[in-house]
Amino acid sequence: MSLEGVMRISGSALAAHTTWLDTVASNLANSEVVSGNAGDVYRSRQPIFATVAKPFADPQDARGVVVQSVAEMGPPGRKEYAPNHTLADGDGYIYHSNVNTVEEMANMIAASRAYQNSVEAMNTAKQLLVQTLSLGR
Amino acid sequence: MSVQLGSILAKHAQGLYFHAQRAELLAANIANAETPGYKARDVDFRTALRTASADRMAQNHDQHISLDSDFNASMFYREPAQASVNINTVDMVKEQAAYAENAVRYQVHLRFLDGKIKGLMLALRGD
Repeated sequence: MSLEGVMRISGSALAAHTTWLDTVASNLANSEVVSGNAGDVYRSRQPIFATVAKPFADPQDARGVVVQSVAEMGPPGRKEYAPNHTLADGDGYIYHSNVNTVEEMANMIAASRAYQNSVEAMNTAKQLLVQTLSLGR
Repeated sequence: MSVQLGSILAKHAQGLYFHAQRAELLAANIANAETPGYKARDVDFRTALRTASADRMAQNHDQHISLDSDFNASMFYREPAQASVNINTVDMVKEQAAYAENAVRYQVHLRFLDGKIKGLMLALRGD
């Protein structure tokens, strides 16, 4: 029966989009992090989505989604001259994280919309299943 | 008059199965709305109906390409209305509309089946 397939596929989307919301939360929380070393500073994390290769060898091959990896992305963060800062390096510089908060807010909206869409699809499939079960009653 | 239970119920049962499969396909489109490179797919009901009612070519050699199910034969890739940066062709509005429409069609078949089953039960009980 394929309505269970809807549950499986939408379920995979819920998991994937939760990871996305997680990375958004992590990025926003760490947006003001500074470091005395350009290599150590927090960098924006983004999930890379991929279509599930072969879930259960379905004949019609409808596929769910999975987070393939979470990558650190974007250009290097801002470098600030702050010689009085505790973390300043030998040249008096501190390094900011490269998180773009505006971009992250937009990502958050996209992630929550994607999540809602899958919940909606799941709900509809559930209703159809329940109605099918009460057939002939 | 002989009542052929199978033929009475089979058409709508097939309909239910088709729409359940289509729901799965559309759910996959919705799930992959943010996946880079994903190509949205759908099935054409008209083609599925035609292949379901047409005579099949016999597959009498194991190297013949199978026509598979009617469902697979009528599957097609959506034409995107607008190109996207990540070459994803899911148009969420379109998918949601198709999903809702598909759910209603599923319910139509359910309603008909329900009516037929109830009618048969009434005839069997005779009260």
